[in-house]
Amino acid sequence: MAIMQVHRSAAPAARPGHAERRTRLRRAAVGFAFMAPLLVVNVVVIAAPGAMSIWYSFTDWTGLGPASFVGLDNYTNLLGDPEFHNALLHNTLWTLFFLTVPMAMGLFGAFLLSHIRRFQMLFRVAYFIPYVVATVVSGSIWESLLSPDQGIGDGLAAIGLPWLKDVNFLGDPDLALGTVAFVNTWQWWGFLVVIFLASMQAVSPQLYEAARLDGANRWREFWHITLPGIRPTLMFLGLMTVIWSFLIFDYIYILTQGGPAGSTDVLGTLLYRNAFANLQAGYAASIGVVMALVSVIAVSGFLYLRRRGWDI
Amino acid sequence: MTSRPARAGALSLGRYATYGVLLLLALFAVGPMLVFGFNALKTPSELATSPLGLPAAPQWHNFADAWQEAAMGVGLANSVVVVISTALGVCVISGCAAYAMGRLRVPGSNFLIFYLLVTSALPIQLFLVPLFYLWTNLGLYDNLLGLIIIYWAVFSPFATLLIRSYMVGLPKEYEEAARLDGAGEWKVFARVVLPMVWPGFLTAALIAGLSAYNEFLLAVTFIQSTDKMPVSTAFFAFKSGYTQDYTLISAGGLIMVIPVLVAFLLLQRRFIEGYISSGMTG
Repeated sequence: MAIMQVHRSAAPAARPGHAERRTRLRRAAVGFAFMAPLLVVNVVVIAAPGAMSIWYSFTDWTGLGPASFVGLDNYTNLLGDPEFHNALLHNTLWTLFFLTVPMAMGLFGAFLLSHIRRFQMLFRVAYFIPYVVATVVSGSIWESLLSPDQGIGDGLAAIGLPWLKDVNFLGDPDLALGTVAFVNTWQWWGFLVVIFLASMQAVSPQLYEAARLDGANRWREFWHITLPGIRPTLMFLGLMTVIWSFLIFDYIYILTQGGPAGSTDVLGTLLYRNAFANLQAGYAASIGVVMALVSVIAVSGFLYLRRRGWDI
Repeated sequence: MTSRPARAGALSLGRYATYGVLLLLALFAVGPMLVFGFNALKTPSELATSPLGLPAAPQWHNFADAWQEAAMGVGLANSVVVVISTALGVCVISGCAAYAMGRLRVPGSNFLIFYLLVTSALPIQLFLVPLFYLWTNLGLYDNLLGLIIIYWAVFSPFATLLIRSYMVGLPKEYEEAARLDGAGEWKVFARVVLPMVWPGFLTAALIAGLSAYNEFLLAVTFIQSTDKMPVSTAFFAFKSGYTQDYTLISAGGLIMVIPVLVAFLLLQRRFIEGYISSGMTG
C-alpha cells in the first residue's frame, strides 16, 4: 500500500511518463555501472584477444612482430597438414570415449547410490575426491602407478599376476592415448556421479512407486524412469563433454606432451607447439578458430534443438 | 524407496551386492591416492621392490627434501596470493554483475547471460596467443597480477550465473522498503541483498579459488620465473626436471594436494552443491 501511494504522488497527473522514465534510465545507468567490471575484464582478456585471433588466423604472424595478410593460406594448409588430421582424429576419439565410458560409469555409480541411504554421503565424497585433485598431481599419481618398472604391473606380478608386467602404458604409441584418457576418467567420473545423483534425486518418487507396482525390475526402472527423468542433465553434460573434449590440453601436456611419435597429439597441444615453439602464431590462431568453431557449432546445435521443442 | 522395509528380506542379497560394488568404486577413486601417500614415505629402492605396499619404515624426511628441492614454500606462498586475490576479485566482479542482472533488471540481461555462456565455452587457446602478446607489452607477463586478472576474467562468468541464481529468488519487498527509507543502490546491495545471498558468494569463492589453485595451462604460459610460479607449475617443473625420484615427487604432490583435501572435506557440502548447480544448469 505504502509503495503505491508514493508512486502516485511522485508522478503528477500532468506528465505521467516522465519521472518514471527518468527513474528507469537512472536505474539502467546504475545497472551498467555494476556490470562494468565484469564487462571490462571480459573484453580485455577474452573478447578482444579472441577477435584478434580471428584476424591473425588470416596472417603469417610469428607472435612477435608485425603480421601481413595471407588470406586463407593457414586454413588451406591446415586441410593438407597430416599433423592436423592426426590431432583431429585424436580429439574425435577422445570425444567418443568421454561420451560413453565415463558417462556410463557416472550413471552406474549414481544409480547404485540412489538406491542406498546409509553411507550415501560418504561414497559421494569419496568419488568426488579425485575431482578436486590438481591435474599435475593426478598426472604424477598415475605416472608412478603406470610406470613400467615400479607401478601396478610389478605390484601385480609380485602376487602372481604377471600380465601387466613391463607394459609401458604411456610410452607405447598404441596405448598412450587410451592411458591418458583413462587417467582423465579417473578424475572425472566422480564428478558425473555427483551431478547425476542430484538429478536423479529430483525425479518424482511416485514414478518409481508406479513402476514397482507394475513389477518392473531395476534395469527397466533405470531405462524407463531414471534416464528420461534426468535427460536435461544428460544432454547438458553431453554438450559440455563434446566442448571439453576438443579443448583438452592439460592431461596430454603433463603426461605425454603429445608423444610418443604424435600418438597423443591433440588440437590443444598442436596449437601450443605452433604458437610458442615454432613461432607460427598465425597458423596456431587458425587452429584456435577451428577449436572455437567446434564449440560454437555444439552450442548452437544444442540451442537449436531446444528451441525446436526438444526437452533438453 | 519408501516401500523398502516391506521387501527388505528379498532385497538383502542385492543390497550387499550394491554395497560391494560401491566399495570397489570407492577403492578405485581413493586407492591410487593412498598408494601415492605410501610412496611418499618410502625409500627409492623400496619403491622399486614394493610399489604398492605399505612403507616399511616411514621416511618423513621425504617431505622436507621435496619441500626444499621443489621450492614448494615459494610456490605455496605465490598460490595463496593468487587464490585469495582470485576469489575476492571474482566475488566483487561477479557479485556486482549478478546484482545488476538479477535485482536491477538491467535491459539486455538475457543477452548478457547468453554472452557469458558463450565466452565460458570458448577455448582458452583461442585468445591465448594475442593475450600473451598483449600481456607482454603491458608488462603483465611473468607477473602474478597479470595471471590474477586473467583468472578474474575466466572464472567470473560461471560465478556470475551462480550468484545470480541466488539473487533472483529473493523477495523484492526488502529492497523496496530500504529504498523507501532513502538507501542508495550501493547501500541496498551491501546491507540488504548481500547478507541474504552470502552462501552464493562463499560457493563462488571456493570454486574460483580451487580452480585457480589447480589451474595449469594459463599458469604455465604466463609465469616463467621460478620465484613467481604458483605451486601447480612449481611442482610440474620439479616433476619434469631431472629428478626421477618418485618418492620425492609423491611427497611434493601430497604437499600440494593436502590443503585442498582438508578444505574440501571441511566444506564438502558447499563445494559439491556449487558444482551441482553449475553442472545442471544450461
